[in-house]
Formats: sequence, structure tokens, C-alpha cells
Amino acid sequence: MSRQQHNRTPLKVTDTVVEVKSKFEAEYRRFALKKNGPSGFREFYHLLQTIHHIPGVDVLLGYADIHGDLLPINNDDNFHKAVKSANPLLRIIITKKDEPTVFGTNSLQRRKKGLGLTGLRTTSSGSTHSKNKPGLLIGLPQNFRQISSIIDVDILPETHRRVRLHKHGTHKPLGFYIRDGLSMRVAPQGVEKVPGVFISRLVRGGLAESTGLLGVNDEILEVNGIDVAGKSLDQVTDMMVANSHNLIVTVKPANQRNNVMHRGSKGSMANSGSVGSGGSSGSAPSHDSPSPASQSNPITASNSIAEGDSDDEDDDGDLILENDCLPPYDSQQFTNSNNTNLNRDSPRNRLHNSAVSRPLPQSVSLPNTIGASLSDSSMMMMSNYNGNPAHSSSQEHMREDSNLITL
Amino acid sequence: MKRFRRHGHESQRDRVKQELFQFNKTVEHGFPHQPSALSYSPTLQLLAIGTRSGAIKLFGAPGVEFMGLHDENAAVTQVHFLPHQVELVTLLDDNSLHMWTLRAHQGVSELLEIGRFTLTGPPGAPPSVTRVTAVLAHSSGELLLLGTEGGHVFIVEVPGFRELEERNISLDQVASRVPDSYIGRRNLEHVEALQENPVDPNQVIIGYGRGLMVIWDLDRQCALQHIPATQQLESVWWTEDGHFILSSHSDGSYCQWTVGREDVNEEVEKSDIPYGHFPCKAISKIVQLPTQEGPPFLMFSGGMPRASYGDRHCITVIHSKTHVALDFTSRIIDFFAIRDGPQHTGDPSALVVLVEEELVVIDLQTEGWPVIQTPYLVPLHSSAITCSHHVSTIPLKLWERIIAAGDLQKTHYSKKQWPITGGQNLAPDPPQRDLLLTGHEDGTVRFWDASGVCLYPMYKLSTAGVFHTDADPNDNMNQGSEGEWPPFRKVGCFDPYSDDPRLGIQKVHLCKYSGYLTVAGTAGQILVLELNDEAAEQTVEAKVVDLLQGQEGFRWKGHTRLDVRDEPVLFPPGFQPFSLVQCQPPAVVTALNLHSEWKLVAFGTSHGFGLFDYQQKNTVLVKCTLNPSDQLAMEGPLSRVKSIKKSLRQSFRRIRRSRVSLRKHHVNNAAKLQEANARLEAELAEMELAPVQRKIEARSSDDSFTGLVRTLYFADTFLSDSSHNTPSLWAGTNGGGVFAYMLRLPPVEHRADEAVTAQPAKEIQLMHRAPVVAIVVLDGHGSPLPEPLEVAHDLARSPDMQGSHHLLVISEEQFKVFTLPKVSAKMKLKLTAIDGSRVRRVGVAWFGSSRTEDYGESGLVVLTNQGDLHVVSLPTVKMQVQYPCIRREDVSGIASCVFTKHGQGFYLISPSEFERFSLSTRYVVEPRCLVEAPLHRNSSSHHRPQADGASSAHRTLRPDSEDSEVLQEIQKSLEADQTSFVENNVSAVA
Repeated sequence: MSRQQHNRTPLKVTDTVVEVKSKFEAEYRRFALKKNGPSGFREFYHLLQTIHHIPGVDVLLGYADIHGDLLPINNDDNFHKAVKSANPLLRIIITKKDEPTVFGTNSLQRRKKGLGLTGLRTTSSGSTHSKNKPGLLIGLPQNFRQISSIIDVDILPETHRRVRLHKHGTHKPLGFYIRDGLSMRVAPQGVEKVPGVFISRLVRGGLAESTGLLGVNDEILEVNGIDVAGKSLDQVTDMMVANSHNLIVTVKPANQRNNVMHRGSKGSMANSGSVGSGGSSGSAPSHDSPSPASQSNPITASNSIAEGDSDDEDDDGDLILENDCLPPYDSQQFTNSNNTNLNRDSPRNRLHNSAVSRPLPQSVSLPNTIGASLSDSSMMMMSNYNGNPAHSSSQEHMREDSNLITL
Repeated sequence: MKRFRRHGHESQRDRVKQELFQFNKTVEHGFPHQPSALSYSPTLQLLAIGTRSGAIKLFGAPGVEFMGLHDENAAVTQVHFLPHQVELVTLLDDNSLHMWTLRAHQGVSELLEIGRFTLTGPPGAPPSVTRVTAVLAHSSGELLLLGTEGGHVFIVEVPGFRELEERNISLDQVASRVPDSYIGRRNLEHVEALQENPVDPNQVIIGYGRGLMVIWDLDRQCALQHIPATQQLESVWWTEDGHFILSSHSDGSYCQWTVGREDVNEEVEKSDIPYGHFPCKAISKIVQLPTQEGPPFLMFSGGMPRASYGDRHCITVIHSKTHVALDFTSRIIDFFAIRDGPQHTGDPSALVVLVEEELVVIDLQTEGWPVIQTPYLVPLHSSAITCSHHVSTIPLKLWERIIAAGDLQKTHYSKKQWPITGGQNLAPDPPQRDLLLTGHEDGTVRFWDASGVCLYPMYKLSTAGVFHTDADPNDNMNQGSEGEWPPFRKVGCFDPYSDDPRLGIQKVHLCKYSGYLTVAGTAGQILVLELNDEAAEQTVEAKVVDLLQGQEGFRWKGHTRLDVRDEPVLFPPGFQPFSLVQCQPPAVVTALNLHSEWKLVAFGTSHGFGLFDYQQKNTVLVKCTLNPSDQLAMEGPLSRVKSIKKSLRQSFRRIRRSRVSLRKHHVNNAAKLQEANARLEAELAEMELAPVQRKIEARSSDDSFTGLVRTLYFADTFLSDSSHNTPSLWAGTNGGGVFAYMLRLPPVEHRADEAVTAQPAKEIQLMHRAPVVAIVVLDGHGSPLPEPLEVAHDLARSPDMQGSHHLLVISEEQFKVFTLPKVSAKMKLKLTAIDGSRVRRVGVAWFGSSRTEDYGESGLVVLTNQGDLHVVSLPTVKMQVQYPCIRREDVSGIASCVFTKHGQGFYLISPSEFERFSLSTRYVVEPRCLVEAPLHRNSSSHHRPQADGASSAHRTLRPDSEDSEVLQEIQKSLEADQTSFVENNVSAVA
């Protein structure tokens, strides 16, 4: 991932043109935008209205950032940020202002699903969602992405805490260790000791530490909704690793003073929570704090475009490259830019399908982290556009892209 | 209503499951691990082996076998059949005695434990008083004489274990009458040996550790004769005519004493140290058997000169002028001779020797005393097993050719029939011919007949001949030169020492239709072999394949490639190599597949995979899967240095262990046990102080060995469009990657000259990045594609090419079904995320219903790292059944598991034993055999009075319902016109 970005940076700098792909309802538009073209948000807003032939319709603009999150464009600052982040494609998603839409990163929304997994709440799927009761419209802090959250607070006992760690999109390791131990339980015969699994160590700078929601000696009770009682340390390890892209652990914190219910108390958790530099600590109270963006113009969705998050099924984000002319594996070509022209050639290769035509270099970039970033998804979108049957297995993507697959 | 119907549907499915699946561990193949005791019943013609893990195994005619396990986890130190009975007594390390019997139940005999007993001494007596050191099962079948460490002999009535206190022979009774001149009279030590006079059952000889032997009259309860041997006693033998007693001693001597009527003859008749002059090791057992004409056979174990041959494990057999020291490769546990004649009193016909790692039977009636090949108890581990491969339903033609090739290798064996023939094998003939192939560390592949209860060696293939190895081929042939003393002769096939670890076989694949075999080894060598009925001299052409494909920054630090012989090599009839691929770097081959119809071999290592056309002998495809950041894979293992150190340490350990004689083991056993317990506790305490930690981290492409190729698969399927199926090759890696290649094969008439090409078609990177352990393509009906040539031989229905095919990718964590040709996820079954277990072994199997002949289902058989077996349905990937099978700590057992195509499987329970299990209701291979109780020579006098049955504990426990079974048995025997056995059946059950 980092490699790709490094390689693409010069391309972005030298080019004065930004590719833009914008989507309104089911329609896509592609156009080029001069870096120094529209000077501000207003101009861009009008440009899009013209391109999509929707003058007079009040819309909200969003763009997908490099981490695959949908971020709002509602002023000059974040417009420029969006243009800068084009990598090389800038994906714009336009939604009607009056459409009832819901943001996906909102943990209050997720709670309805309990341990259901993060869904991609694109605008197109928003309509399906509107069948549910409309969610609270809470704005997102700009350019921040959620890395952790406390969920199911209302259904869990006060002494327990259910923490979700979002591994995708970050380069941080999950960063914790577990061990065997003995847990005290109150049984009819009195207090008894039963074997349990505990957090033994937090890695400095790791995701687990930076959230401040997990601590050493916290007892692990459940992993993604499955009770770990009676399971060996190795089994629990394997379960956690298998769920690592979207890990939900229910713990009994060793330090009960920092429980969510005790809002007033400022313990070590609050301190360590502030350590989390990359993202909001995402605990329930933090959602209540209004962000500047939400005051002015709450945007509708936090679309995780990362494949790992793109389905109700959590990890159907297998990257599938279907090509009749996949290049031979070559590390040199590994980071070749996903040039549209080159890509356009490939369907021709496919159609002729002759052994003579040597495969053209095409990006075979396998996502190095679980949450494939926008660059990956944009590549997939483009290859779809070009008729390559590459697509992620995500149902959402299917819906989104279906009208563009030209087979 | 709907709910009810659904419920009905579920219960119906449950019933179908019951008809399809059932889990049984059926039989153990191979040689029992750590045998510790041996016994033989001439009347039953059954052999019994006890092991250190407390198992007892009985063997008779091939297919007749029984197994029992003591509840106590203690070693079996002695096994004794009660003469002329179906009972046997075992003595365990914990000083408990156990009575076992073979009881007929529904026409099949079962081995049952029917009683247990521990000697209780007088109150306050030290435990040594009752510590049993010698057991004599008296020929009356009613008495058990138990000699103890304290020197007493206790007499116990069997099978009820009733102590006959008044008949006990206490040490004081004996010691008081010992002649004053005997130097050791103050301390006679423990009872070392008990023997009965073969002609007078009232007389027994008691041999004490110090050397003194006493002939005791059981009726009159007095000593008849004292034999004052002065050396530490090892064993006693009473010759068959009753005139002489042979004693063997710890200084390597044996003595012959005349049995006199009066207590006057104290002179040594004859004393000899057979390998004398220099100090010798003890003769631990001595046996002398007469022959009809001429001199007797004398056999004894041990007695070797301590300094020069103290490390040899020998049994000396002397007959007339022939004197041979049979030299075994592992420690001798015990031996006995089988004798001819209806009463088993004739000439010795065979010598049966149980050594620690194998059973050797020597034909004593054929010139040169050749070895008789054992039909069971074959040491699977004669060289350590490194992999195994099972092939079901072998065509008769191939089967016969393999047998013919194997027979040519067995010419040195005796032609004589297997001499142990007890019991009847009632198991039906196996429905099909199954082969189990085991790859070994020394570069051999052994072919076993795995159709039935006996895992019988058919043929052995050695690949070492293709390569130059350090070992001189003549090294192993160090047969004793003329005139060597002692006259050693190597016997047995257990040879755990490998000349070159690189020869080790890692993967085997046999095509049963074409007779093509491919084997792959530790140093990246892949051999393609063809079955040839004639010997042939040929050069094997080697093709080096560079799997790195120019990958930079690579340093291979592992072993080098094997050196190929340039000159033609003579290959005996059998599988002969004609093509060799050597991977560069020469890492161990981790995946292998053969498609005999397309004449292609696919192979993979930790660096990549390749496709080899063995008809044109060229490489079709090479793909490097290496991740540049994976240092471990880049450098290769440094295991060689480590392994030498390890093997040195192990061999030292082995020597040390062998010095501690098992027979002396019992003396300080209690102390040892305590010591071990204390150590265990300390270890546990330590574990609690420093708990084991596990890192929780998502897998990344930077993990080690992500490029390691785990599985390779050939399929004729719809790879590019849904109207044309094409040949394809699929590869799965450790990092969750799947690569698919479209293969273009020239038409048959141009197969020899036009090139086979491979084009990359698809790549799938599984999101969860778990290792891909298997890939299967399912046809339009959802059944797995048949094997190559299976359809051509009319043995499988041709796959459905009309409906859409599906790709099933099995990773360690998930089962995932994708559509084809357009790959998109259709359904999946998550395993690890749900219960924390991971897929270790997987196989496709067909399960037939037990109820109706024509119903069956395909399923995936899965073994997890928790040791559980699962059956997963196809194509719906749903869990069907789950059974615990292997302890999860038994990592090597789990790794060794191999499945058959019909829902059975094998796994190693020790280095030398396969456990066979079955998940199918229809295909179960298990022993079914019957052992009839022998006719008593004098049944009325030996028949136990039924009246005292109440006195024995086990009889009172027996429910009355068994009586009806007895009646049934009688009825059955009558019907079978076996009236003579009626009484015996009663006595066997009673």
C-alpha cells in the first residue's frame, strides 16, 4: 500500500489534471478537472450540477478519501483537501439533500445489529436502510476515521465492555497479547476459580493501546459474539486472528472504574484515550461532541469503500483478478500505475484471446492491508468500466457497479 | 403447519445423517509402540504383547487380533496365558494383576478384562514383600504362583484371584533349610524365576536372585532339592524330560543341573560361559528344546562380551554344529519357540523374537534359518514415516503387477507359512483393493495392502539409487566374515538411520489407472516413475527448474541439491524413474499433483510452483510466489546443523535408556514415580509463573512463508467462459492466494511434438489470508470432478458439464464456494472465526447410505487442529457431523492423518502404528474373529467346580442375562455341528 502511494505521488504532482468520477443516484460521470480549475467549493458544486444535469437540486457532496471513507465536501478547505487526495482518481458521491440517509460509522446505528458487521452504507443502499427507523444524523469529524468503538452498551452488564477494533485502513498493528489465567466467578457454592483468557500486554503505539479501551489483565469473555469459555488459548488466538479485520472483543476490564457508565470519572483510560492520535477514541460519549462539519452541513454517509467492509458478510473482500492475460508475476511490475489506457487494451486482449498477444503490464497490486484503500477500489471500478470482469464479491459493489459492467 | 413441516424435514435430515455417518476407531495397524512383555499360548496359538502404555494385544492367524487397554496407565511387565484356557494374566508396573478372557459374543470373540487383584501382605510389612517379580501360571489352570521381591511365593487361585494363604511358600520356610555351606544364605533376595516341572505338575523350581534354586513340592509343601548356584540368577529352564535344570546368570554363564531325588547332588553338571574369556553381559533368558532325532536346540539372549559387543542385541541359537548369534537392531524384549506336533511338543519349528521395534520370526526348519515375513506387526517405521498417500479401489491389473514386483523383493524370506494360526478370521473379504503408500526418511516409498485388517507390505521402492549419496552401498552388508566370533547374523528390518536426510520423501501421488507415480522429496527433487515388469538400465535425466525467476536479494542457506548419477542405473522390476525435476533453490516440496491423462506433473515449494510435461520432458510453467519481505523463506532452513545435534542427543539418550534394563525397572519404581510427579508439579508451578503469551495480529503479506505453495489441483472446467471447458491448473498458497492457469494441450496426435502452454487466468487473494489447504472444482451437480482417467475407465460418472461449475477453496479458516467462470463468492462456511479450530487435513469422500444401496453423498472430511473430525456437505458447505478423534496435543498424529475416498482414514498414534478410523456406515474395516476354547486333555479334572463361582468377585458381578447368551452360544454351536465345543464354550463363558 505504502509503495503504491509513493509511486503515485510523482504522477499526481506532475499532472495538472485530476480525474474525477462522480456519482449521482445510479449515474456516473467521468471528467477531468484542472488542479487550478474551480477555485472553490461553490464553483465545483455548480460544475457537478451541470455535469449531472441536476441544476437546482440541492445536493450534498462527498468524496472517498484514500482510506476508503466517505468524507464531506462542503467548503473550500475540504474541497482542496479532496482534490489533493485524488489518487489519481477523485471519487465524488452526490446525494440529494432531502434524502433520508444514515452514516455508517455511527456506532448508535450499528448497535441495532448488535454484533452485526460493519456495512457499507452507500447512498444507493440508504434507501433500503430507510425502511428501518431513521437514524440520528450525527456529523463526522472531518478527515478522521473511526478505529474503535464501544458497542452494545445498552445490552451488556455494566461490568463488561464490548470493543470493536477497526483494523482496515490503518497501518497500525492490532498490538496486543493474550494469556491464560484464572478468573473468579461467583458460583452457588461460593467464589470459584475458572480458567480464563486475559490480555497480557499492549504493544506501544498499537491499535489496542491507542484506543484506550483495552487494558492489561482485562478478561476476554467473547470474540465476535462467541463465548470463549472452555476454549484453549490457541483457539482464542485463532478466533481473534480470523476476525482481525473487524474484531469485536467483549472484556471484563480489570479496572472497573473506567466503565462507560461512569462518565464523570477520569481515570487512566481517559489519559490513554488521548494518546490515540490518529483517530477519535470513538467511545460512546465522543459521538455526542459535535464536529465543525456537522454543524454546518451534516453529510450523509461514511462509506467505507474498503472491500473488507463492503458487505454484511464481513470479509468477502477477496481480491479477484480475472484476466485472460495476467502477467507473469514480477515484482518490478508490482506497482505499475493503473493506467487507464493500458487497461483499455485488456478487453481487446480478452476478446481476441490469442496466445500470441503477450499480456500487458497491469497492476496486480494485491492489497497489503486488509482494508483495501480507495486506490484498490478505484482500480477495480476502472477495470469494471473497461469491461474486465474483475469485481469484488461484495454485493454492494455489485449493485453499485452493475450498470457499468459491459460484458 | 409450516413449522411442523420444517421440523419434520430436519428430523429427516438427521435420519439421513445417521444412515451416512458413524465414527469408529476400528483397528491399529503396525507395530505397537514400546512393547514390554510377550507371551504365547501353544494351545490357542495366540501371541500376546503388552506395552508400556498399558495396552495388551493378541494376534493369531492373519486378521485375528484383539486389543485391550488397562485402566491404569501403567506398563505391562508380564503377560501369561493360563495353560489350556482362553484366559491370560497381566502384571503391571503398579503391581496389579489383571485377568483377561476371550469371550464369544454374537459369534465374535471379544477381549475382556474380568478381574483384577493386588497382593496384600501382612499389616506393617514393607511393600517389597508383595512386589511381584515372577509369575507362574500353573498347568492346572487353577493356580497362579507369584514370586515377590521379598522372596516369598504367594499362591492364588484363578480366575477369581482367591489367595490360598495356607499354601504360600514363605522365605523363612526355604531359608531355614538352606545348607549352611551356601554362601548367600543370609540373603536369598527376590524370586527371580518360577518354573514348573514339565513331567510333574506338583514340582516347581523357585529361583532366587542371589542364585539359589529350590525344587518345591506343592502337595507336601516342602523343599525337595537345593541347587546352590553362586552367580546372580537371570533365568531358569526345566528341560522337557524333567531331568535337568538350566540356569543362566548375570556373568554371562549358564549351568546345567541334574534333578535328583535326594537332596544330595549339589555338583554343577556343566557350566559354560559361551562368549567367555573376557567379562560378558548377562544371559537374560535360556531355553532348551529337544528334537526327535539328534541334539537339542539351545537358545539364549545376551551373554555377549561386555567390552567388544556389549551394545549388540543378540539371541544365540545353537543346534548341533550350527551356532548363530542373531543380531537385532533394537533391544530384545522376549522370545519363545513354536513347536511342531498336535500337542506342540515336537521339534521347534520357529523362533519368535520380540524386540523393541519389531517382531522377527525365524524358520528353524529351513536351511540357513531364514526369516518368515510377518503378515502383521510390521514395523511401519523401519525408517521414519515422512508422508502417506492413500489410493482406493486399485484396478486388479495394477494390483497384480505391484504384487509381482514385490514378490521379487521378498526372495530372501522363508517360504514357510506363518506359524501363528490361532482363531478364525470371520471378517468378510474386503470389498475393494486399497493401497496405502508411505514415504520415508531414507528415500523409500512403501506400498501397503490396506484393504483389510492386516496392513501387509506389498512392495518397496527406493529412490536413493538415482542419486549419489555419501553412504557406500556395501556399508549395510556388513555380514560377518568367515570365522568371526561370535558368529553374528543381522536380522530384522528396523533401520532408523538415514544416509542422507535430503532423500526423505515428502509427497507421493499415484495414478492407479496408468501406473504412473510421482514422488517428491526434501531437496526439491521430483521423480516421475512408471511401472515396468522388467528390470531396466537407464539414465535418469535431471531438469533443474529455477523457481526464483530472477527474484532479487535471495540467499539460500539450506542444503544443496542432490547429486544425480550420470551413468545408467539398473532399476529392478517395479516403479522405475524416467524423469527428474530438481527445484532451485532445493527447498522441500510442499505440494505435488499428477495428471496422467495430460501427462503433467505440478509441484510447489516455499518459493513457487512449476508445471512439468513428463512426455516431452520440459517445463511448461514456472511461477515464483515468493514475497520479497519474507526473510525466512528466502534463506531456507538451517535445520541440518540443528538436526545433527538433536540426533546426537537422542542417540545418547537411547544408549542411556537401554542400559536401564526393564527387568530391573520395578525395583525402585515407586521412588521413580514420586520423583516424576514432583518434577511435573514443579513444571506446572513454573508454567503459572511465566504464562504463555499469544500475539493477536492480523495476517499480512509480510508474514513468513506466505508464498509457500500448499496445494495444486488439476481441473477440466470453465475457466474463461461458460461454454467451453478447458484444462486448468490451480495453486493455493500459505498467504491465502489462489492462482489459476489455463492449459492448452495439443491434440493427442501431436502431443509429443507440440508444446503444452499455460496462461495465467485468475488470481484470488483471500481477504483473510489464511493458508489455502485445498482446492476442489464441483461440477453442475455439485459433485467433485472425477480423478483423471476415472471416467475413461468407466469407474466414474462423467462430470456434468452442462450446469455451472463451482470453485471450492478451502483455507485453514474457511470453506468458500465461488462461481465459475466468473469468480464471485457464493457461499462460505467459517470455521476458525466460530470455534477457533483450524483445518489441518481435508479430503473428499463419498458416503454410502447404510439403509439403501443406491443413495450416497459426497462430502468433505476435515480434521482440525483440535483433533476433531468434521464432515462438511457438498456443494452446500454445511457442517454435518463432528467427532473428537485425536488429542489436540498430538500434533504429529494430526499431521499424519490421511483420508480414503470412502470415508475412512489413518493417522499415526506412535511412530510405528497407524490407527484406522471410519466415518462411514458402509465402509468399515474392523477385525471380526472367533477363538474357540481349546479341548482339555482331561477336561473333567480341570473343569472348575461351578459351585465356588460365587467366591470369585467377577462372577458375582455378572448379570443373569448372560446365561441366555450362553444358551444361545450352545445353540449356535449345535447348529454348526460342533458339538465337541459345547462344553468349551460353557467353560469359556463361565
